Amino acid sequence: MVQLEQYLAVAATLFVIGIFGIFLNRKNVIIILMSIELVLLSVNINLVAFSSFLGDLTGQVFTLFVLTVAAAEAAIGLAILVCFFRNRGTIAVEDINNMKG
Amino acid sequence: MTVVQFVFYLFALTLLVGGIFTVISKSPVHSVLWLILSFLSGAGLMVLLGAEFVAMLLIIVYVGAVAVLFLFVVMMLDVDFAELRAEMAKGLPLAALIGLVLIMQLAMAFGAWEIGGGVEMLDAPMATPEGAGDHNTAALGLLLYDKYFVLFQLAGLILLVAMIGAIVLTMRHRKDIKRQDILAQMYRDPAKTMELKDIKPGQGLAE
Repeated sequence: MVQLEQYLAVAATLFVIGIFGIFLNRKNVIIILMSIELVLLSVNINLVAFSSFLGDLTGQVFTLFVLTVAAAEAAIGLAILVCFFRNRGTIAVEDINNMKG
Repeated sequence: MTVVQFVFYLFALTLLVGGIFTVISKSPVHSVLWLILSFLSGAGLMVLLGAEFVAMLLIIVYVGAVAVLFLFVVMMLDVDFAELRAEMAKGLPLAALIGLVLIMQLAMAFGAWEIGGGVEMLDAPMATPEGAGDHNTAALGLLLYDKYFVLFQLAGLILLVAMIGAIVLTMRHRKDIKRQDILAQMYRDPAKTMELKDIKPGQGLAE
């Protein structure tokens, strides 16, 4: 039988891979967005695993909300990326300093 | 090893391998394809847990919409990805350090974690509680349209804002092309733009 801990271990490993990807591809915004999607997927697996092993559907409802936010975030992020590329001709994160923040 | 265990390890392995190659692969197009593989494996894990609706939604939303959106953007942007890749080795030590620290923290939290008192853990995953409806989808719908209705509406609002934002950000009005001016077309008067001449046979049109 597959236990809850195994699902949690898989989700934690995927989370770490996502964070690793963010810091590995610090120049490439597209890969960073994909890494964020990986992190959100691992969170979703965690939520569904707990929901399933506790016999409580609330976790799955929250998975739906995380999914919504992830889709919105990807759409807005890619739109900003396209807009930025059109203006500057690059997608390197280090060049994004228009606002001098 | 039972079938369930075998399927679990298969999906878990493809999920992690897909995640790793998403992060390290040379071409962004390959990254997107590996990302799709990990989404599909994640959906498989959720089916294994009994959450069929969420799994199918994951495939529809992530593979059908988000991954294809990534693919479009990757193919649309004319970026020299080889140059960006060359910089990857520079970030490796920091990334490895942060990953190691994070995985150690998670392992410590995992080791110290125990199920709290009064919490009833099931031995086997059961995504749809008894008495909540026949199917996972029906039970989720009952919960979503009743108890979490406001949150559901807010999720729709988030999607609307994202849609409007994406359109506003990417839309541009090009000045250097010819456009159709509908008002000018509608106000065009045939009497002013057209002149009828009665030409006699053999004469032609003389100024």
